[in-house]
Amino acid sequence: MTTNQYIDDTLYTFIIYSENTPGLLSQITAVFTRRQVNIESLNVCASSTEGVHKFTITCYCTQEMAQMLTKQIEKRIEVLQANYYTDNEIYIIETSLIKLSTTQMLENPMVGKSIRKHNAHIIEVNSTYATVEKTGITSDILSLYESLNEMGVVLQFVRSGRIAITRSRVEHLDEYLSQRERERNGTN
Amino acid sequence: MNMEKMSGAEALMRSLLHEGVETLFGYPGGAIMPVYDALYDYRDRLNHVLVRHEQGAVHAAQGYARVSGRVGCAIVTSGPGATNTVTGIADAMIDSTPIVVVCGQVGTTLLGTDAFQEVDVVGVTTPIAKWSYQIRRAEDVAWAVARAFYIARTGRPGPVVLDFAKDAQTALTAYQPATVDFIRSYQPVPPTDDAAINEAARLIDESERPLVLVGQGVELGNARAELQAFLEKAQLPAGCTLLGLSALPSDHPLNMGMLGMHGNLAPNVMTNRCDLLIAVGMRFDDRVTGNLQTYAKQARIIHFDIDPSEIDKNVKTDLAVLGDCKRTLAAVTARMGEARHEQWVEGFKPYKEKEYAKVIDKAIHPQEGALLMAEVVRRVSEASGHKAVLVTDVGQNQMFGCRYFKYTQGRSVVTSGGCGTMGFGLPAAIGATFGAPDRMVCLFVGDGGLQMTIQELGTIMEQQAPVKIILLNNNYLGNVRQWQAMFFRRRYSFTPMLNPDYEMIARAYGIPARTVVERADLNAAIEEMLRTDGPYLLQCAVLEEDNVLPMTPPGANVDEMLLEI
Repeated sequence: MTTNQYIDDTLYTFIIYSENTPGLLSQITAVFTRRQVNIESLNVCASSTEGVHKFTITCYCTQEMAQMLTKQIEKRIEVLQANYYTDNEIYIIETSLIKLSTTQMLENPMVGKSIRKHNAHIIEVNSTYATVEKTGITSDILSLYESLNEMGVVLQFVRSGRIAITRSRVEHLDEYLSQRERERNGTN
Repeated sequence: MNMEKMSGAEALMRSLLHEGVETLFGYPGGAIMPVYDALYDYRDRLNHVLVRHEQGAVHAAQGYARVSGRVGCAIVTSGPGATNTVTGIADAMIDSTPIVVVCGQVGTTLLGTDAFQEVDVVGVTTPIAKWSYQIRRAEDVAWAVARAFYIARTGRPGPVVLDFAKDAQTALTAYQPATVDFIRSYQPVPPTDDAAINEAARLIDESERPLVLVGQGVELGNARAELQAFLEKAQLPAGCTLLGLSALPSDHPLNMGMLGMHGNLAPNVMTNRCDLLIAVGMRFDDRVTGNLQTYAKQARIIHFDIDPSEIDKNVKTDLAVLGDCKRTLAAVTARMGEARHEQWVEGFKPYKEKEYAKVIDKAIHPQEGALLMAEVVRRVSEASGHKAVLVTDVGQNQMFGCRYFKYTQGRSVVTSGGCGTMGFGLPAAIGATFGAPDRMVCLFVGDGGLQMTIQELGTIMEQQAPVKIILLNNNYLGNVRQWQAMFFRRRYSFTPMLNPDYEMIARAYGIPARTVVERADLNAAIEEMLRTDGPYLLQCAVLEEDNVLPMTPPGANVDEMLLEI
């Protein structure tokens, strides 16, 4: 797995809320591309607020760069809010699927052991292959993958983008939206 | 409510009128024909200026916007019509110019099929526009236009693109005027922190050697009066960026001149001597700062800006004052004390005198030799009573133009700053004559840039747009030649220009023209140009290998200006 990690770089998670308008994804990714920052993972889905989309993007960069990226993203007209976080400011989850050769898995008892040790689940088995699902933080997923890969049983491996929620006790998006509603009604 | 049924194209006309549009710059073509058909019935209310190339339409809209403070508007067709506007859109983005560009687009059923003259205009323009939107239904026209004008003119202004599908132009809709003054996800003016106002006043009160950097934000925020009150209360010396030059009268005693690579010596040197740098509505472009590692490291820095993404982008600031500078400048002025920084202000003088003796005097008062660009610019400025709008193209003509013209009124500089678009000048000057019909518009353009949009002489002919074109002809791409001389061992790679007879070209368009070679003829020729009603081309055969000085070489420290080479 290659990353764009430099010595001073930290893995930042950007959480971005936007209106659900077409073309926004390319607007946001262009902000990263133009500043030569590689996106490590990306997840886009509806948020808990109706009509609001949530982007969760990770990349390695300096804190100054993270701040600049955030401001440039927030500048796009349809973006409601953008923030960046380090891993200890958020709860993170990723999921992964690993496809294994059934024959090789049955031949090597260490395969099953490793799956149990990593608290992963086998979700499908047939005579040709088995599919393992592992959900957790990046390092746990990679640890399982590496252990199975060393045994030479992995046929396919796929990892999802990161999803994250903040540890803050304040819901900044809700606050922002209510503030904007007050401004719309001129009752600021 | 009584709602009239009309085509999307006619709804566009009504929406433009609803936004107060009077003048459009445009060029018809297949995918915008329904709009032009509707326009035919609105010619009495909407003045459409037919340009000769779509790039000209956008630059004209920019020139119109810059001098008038209103949103400029361009209308073009799909495909190549739209892609020809791209340079102008990028230019308007970096120079914060409010324009709305309406492009035709193929019908919605043809989108994505590589139809004739189909280009993904929203995809192309999104990274370089403030907002890009495709109108796919006639009923969205009123809303989209209202939103486009609101986004273009508010906050930090910028270009907006409306990509108008042909079937939406022809479909019928019940038109109802729309007004947009709120977008949930867009906060044009960020809230000002009251503590920042207090802190700014405190830092200014404490400062012994303050220097103010005046940017175009002051003009865009209509804050010229507030700026002057601010400067005068505490006797704060100021330098202006290229685009901010007319935000402060040239002869104001606190105006220390232009900042940057080809700016004046005093404000550049003092940038690295001040103890407080106060930037207002400017973005610390590399042409202003030179080497960032040594830029104003001794000073504390306050940055007034309406765009939060400018804070700490290039230069780390100690204090950001977000908001509309018309309000924030006034608030800080009210809270800061009166002061006189006599000794500090006096300290600019030796540098001013040094630059005058070594550079300026020689440039504007040459005794012999070929005509110089600087003297031509200064004579024209004087002859216009320093009241004209200066429009420039890009290159040496721009640097000499901006340095030696003088400004007494606001919104008097129309130049392509951030993008440096050659070919900008001629169409922008046409736009300026429509945006400021009561003012004289003087364009300084080189023999390179003029040829990039020379077809707009046709627009001048048709409109009799009173552009005073001063062609500074040195038979070179002068600025590139200067850099080749300085940094590429005088290897003049493709910078000499074989020129046509510009007088003859002007005459072909019915534009009176005259060429000056001798210094003795210059004043009379300028008089004739200014006396002539309507357009005029004054060609000046200037010194071929003249150099713009002083100069901070690229990447050098801001206070290390070359006065001679």
